[in-house]
Amino acid sequence: MRGAGMSGPARPVPLGNEPPEGIVSEQRRAARMSLANTETQRRTWWRENQQRLTPYIFLIPGVLFFLVYVIIPIFESFWLSGFDWDGLGEKQWIGFANYQELFDDDAFYTSLKNNVLWLVLYMFAVPAGLGIAIFLNQKVRLIRAYKSLFFFPFVISQVVVGLIFAWFYAPNFGLFYLLLEWATGSGIAVLADPDLVTYGIIAAGLWPQIAYCMILYLTGLNAVDPEQIEAARLDAAKGFKMLWYVILPQLRPATFMAVVVTVIGALRSFDLVSIMTDGGPFGSSRVLSFYMYEQALSEYGYRMGYGAAIAVILFLIMMVFISGFIWKMVDDERRGL
Amino acid sequence: MRSMLYVSISAIAVVAAAASQAGTVKYYGDFDPAPLAAMQEVIADFEAANPGITVEFQNFDHEGYKTSIRNFLTAEPPDLANWYAGNRMAPFVNSGQFMDVSDVWEENGLKEALASALPSMTIDGKQWGVPYTYYQWGIYYNKEAYDQVGAKVPETWDEFIANCALFQEAGIDCVTTGTKALWPGAGIFDYMNLRTNGYDFHMALANGEVPWTDDRVKATFAEWAKLVEPGYITANHAALDWQDAAALLVQGKAANYVMGNFAVAVFKDGGMTDDTLGFMAFPTINPDVPRAEDAPTDTVHIPSGATNVEDAKKFLAYLASPEAQTKINAAMGQLPINKDASVNQDDPFIAAGFELLSTTPGGIAQFFDRDAPAEMAKIGMEGFQQFMVQPDQLDNILERLEKARGRIYK
Amino acid sequence: MFPRPIEQSSRAARISYQVMLPLALILWLLPLIGVAITSVKPASDLAAGNYFGLPSSLAFSNYAEVFTQSPIGQYIFNSFKVTIPTVIGTLVLSCLTGFALGIYRFRGNIWIFFMFVAGNFVPFQILMVPVRDMTVNLGLYNTTTGLVLFHVAFQTGFCTLFMGNFIRALPRELIEAARVEGVTEIRIFWYVVLPLMRPAIAALSVLIFTFIWNDYFWATVLTTSKETQPVTAGLYSLNGQWIAQWQLVSAGAIVAALPPVAMFFLMQRHFIAGLTLGAVK
Repeated sequence: MRGAGMSGPARPVPLGNEPPEGIVSEQRRAARMSLANTETQRRTWWRENQQRLTPYIFLIPGVLFFLVYVIIPIFESFWLSGFDWDGLGEKQWIGFANYQELFDDDAFYTSLKNNVLWLVLYMFAVPAGLGIAIFLNQKVRLIRAYKSLFFFPFVISQVVVGLIFAWFYAPNFGLFYLLLEWATGSGIAVLADPDLVTYGIIAAGLWPQIAYCMILYLTGLNAVDPEQIEAARLDAAKGFKMLWYVILPQLRPATFMAVVVTVIGALRSFDLVSIMTDGGPFGSSRVLSFYMYEQALSEYGYRMGYGAAIAVILFLIMMVFISGFIWKMVDDERRGL
Repeated sequence: MRSMLYVSISAIAVVAAAASQAGTVKYYGDFDPAPLAAMQEVIADFEAANPGITVEFQNFDHEGYKTSIRNFLTAEPPDLANWYAGNRMAPFVNSGQFMDVSDVWEENGLKEALASALPSMTIDGKQWGVPYTYYQWGIYYNKEAYDQVGAKVPETWDEFIANCALFQEAGIDCVTTGTKALWPGAGIFDYMNLRTNGYDFHMALANGEVPWTDDRVKATFAEWAKLVEPGYITANHAALDWQDAAALLVQGKAANYVMGNFAVAVFKDGGMTDDTLGFMAFPTINPDVPRAEDAPTDTVHIPSGATNVEDAKKFLAYLASPEAQTKINAAMGQLPINKDASVNQDDPFIAAGFELLSTTPGGIAQFFDRDAPAEMAKIGMEGFQQFMVQPDQLDNILERLEKARGRIYK
Repeated sequence: MFPRPIEQSSRAARISYQVMLPLALILWLLPLIGVAITSVKPASDLAAGNYFGLPSSLAFSNYAEVFTQSPIGQYIFNSFKVTIPTVIGTLVLSCLTGFALGIYRFRGNIWIFFMFVAGNFVPFQILMVPVRDMTVNLGLYNTTTGLVLFHVAFQTGFCTLFMGNFIRALPRELIEAARVEGVTEIRIFWYVVLPLMRPAIAALSVLIFTFIWNDYFWATVLTTSKETQPVTAGLYSLNGQWIAQWQLVSAGAIVAALPPVAMFFLMQRHFIAGLTLGAVK
């Protein structure tokens, strides 16, 4: 089986409902109709070269925007991380001092540790999403509605998810707290416990992430080749064996995407930490993205250079994954072209 | 052509003059509902006294404001902005974000009238804003809880700790607090340190002149540990906001709360009355140390980027007057700075606060997050919170604070 | 089909499946259901400790209170002011870039494509300080315009990836035929390709709408006042004001979640098509 990625091989994405042949003839007609106009044009330099130049002209606005707001700021952050700057006064060049401080900063290591926890535990969304997708991949009455409702958490803003779970965990009256109290005799204030808080937030993050992975797998399961399944059934493959040897290989594109979005989601985790704990108690639930914001823009911070240095580290971690993903995608692209 | 130019210039001049006469003063603040109403009354009085000036007030969420101010001071400064006295205003003063308003102090005799706040408003010999209110901190307690266990209101720390044992037996939290936003824990630290080591040491510590690993700091934490180790403090305080903890005091699930006087409104909203809510000064720990108190001062400043400075200064002068301070503090339930303003003696908490602060022999601190630089405050308050959850980590905490001290005070 | 269709199983299995479905759903949505119930509870229920039982009366007044006692209406309006221009701007830019990258072979094609894709994966914290600084310097700090400009630029990365792939999958003969007949490239874009891109445009509009509506990070970084803050950032400050008033927090959260939810249920097919692009081979 061929490698697959977000780009996939050249083949219509299952979006449109119009049959391609119909479009072809219709568009031919449109093309012929506009022919009359084009024939009146003189042969000019532009006409000679338009096929070569058009892509560049079309690219200019998008690329310009993207350069100014995304690409250049990345390099600017690298540069800023060498300064001591409070965002108000003069910048002062201090070389690698920010990094030196960072590597001697307990809060940095706490954040880093939590980021690793996020990365590892967030991966649970992939099998869980697959599990729910398999559970829901039936053709019974109302199943479409069930699928939508299971997917629902993903549509909600993380801010709302955070509030929902903050209520869920709230000591003395939160649903989770009371369930625990009822089951074990004493409740736990998850968000106040330095050892549990990160797990509590990750659980909240998993809720929409599982939904996302589920929908990816549902789409993937839809496209699984029925003939292969039948053939495998004839060979008496069942249950887990069937899943492992027949289904999962066909779901590779969905798995790849699920892993990509989950890794990105885990490293970007900011919203939930900010809403649910503000990094507390005493910084135990910080992640790099939150610590960076805290240092650069929060009430007690405003160390732009230090914040930029944290962002650079986060970027470098992400770079490891990005290069992997991109390498795979470019590879697919090459083979697809 | 020339005459036309002349006409248009004079037209602009007329418009400009009209604009400065009928000035609009943009004012950003962060009031809770009750003080907000009071401030709006003061604004209305000011507008009545100064026809032609309109104050356009915008209120922010209290916590969000502290972040927002950094942004709007640079991006789109108003003419007036709320802030705090002491070290807390230093970054804005040092970076030139606040305007020097010494002339307002000079012209209106404020150095006399607002004498008690003069030190905390002065940096480099100049004044950078006008204080309009302060309030006492101390211990608010539930009288019914005291009656229930038969405890007496303590004078000394030992009596206080002894009471705690009684409360614990009855299933009542001796001390409650909600440290989700960190600062309530700093109130406890301030008093532990002020009572153990006194005002001068406390300020030296906040100014970075004493190491956090000093034995005297450890002595403070040793006293504090008497509360923490037996579990006399509400268990989940790190997940609670201060209002959540206030509810515990109201419901009688907690007996004492180290808080500022602004909390009285919340206690009373919850159903407490002057008969069930009590106030006491924080008990004596070291009898050789003169009593000192925390009394944070709230202030109004003119950003350097203000467009209508003239009218903004008029407003500051008005805000410093005894009438304005009497009125706003009556509504806020706080204490005026102006010595000629009057205090509502019918409110036992105001009266107690007035008595407490006017007789303080040791000195008046602002509050940890105003006395110490912002970064130190943040790291410190995280440390205090951690100490109340993991007292065994004290040495690590103090080392961390000491490391931060070495970096922050350069 | 995998797993084996339940219709082919025993009657008992069918029935237990039908029973399990709603149970699983309730369990899955439990936190949400709790919040929905809380949002219609009168404050007195919460004060009396009735946290989970049914509300003693349906207090839709909580919703009224949210709208009258807080600027949530303004926040929601701001969200629209940010979201709609962003959707339009992003679509315009990415139709152009997607066309250029999907149709033409030229030197650097793959590298530009690569740039968009890579930029799209970047942790946005690395952009925070410079983008905030630039927005302040442009005088666009604390304006919805400043927020829109950034979102348009950033989302163009993802949308270019999406559009490029979509266009690449269109039948090439169409374009070749038009070229043979002498149609200019711009007309090819306008009359031939753009009409075919409608499904992609629909899918992206719903997706971008949801992404931008739900954005919280940039809202807190680039806006501060209630005149400009979108509802996500607004909810954060309201949460600070409504401490211990969970009925209001819940109602506010539900109100803030409604527009993307409505969008999702109305345009579900496009939404899922957009989201799962590439999940099948």
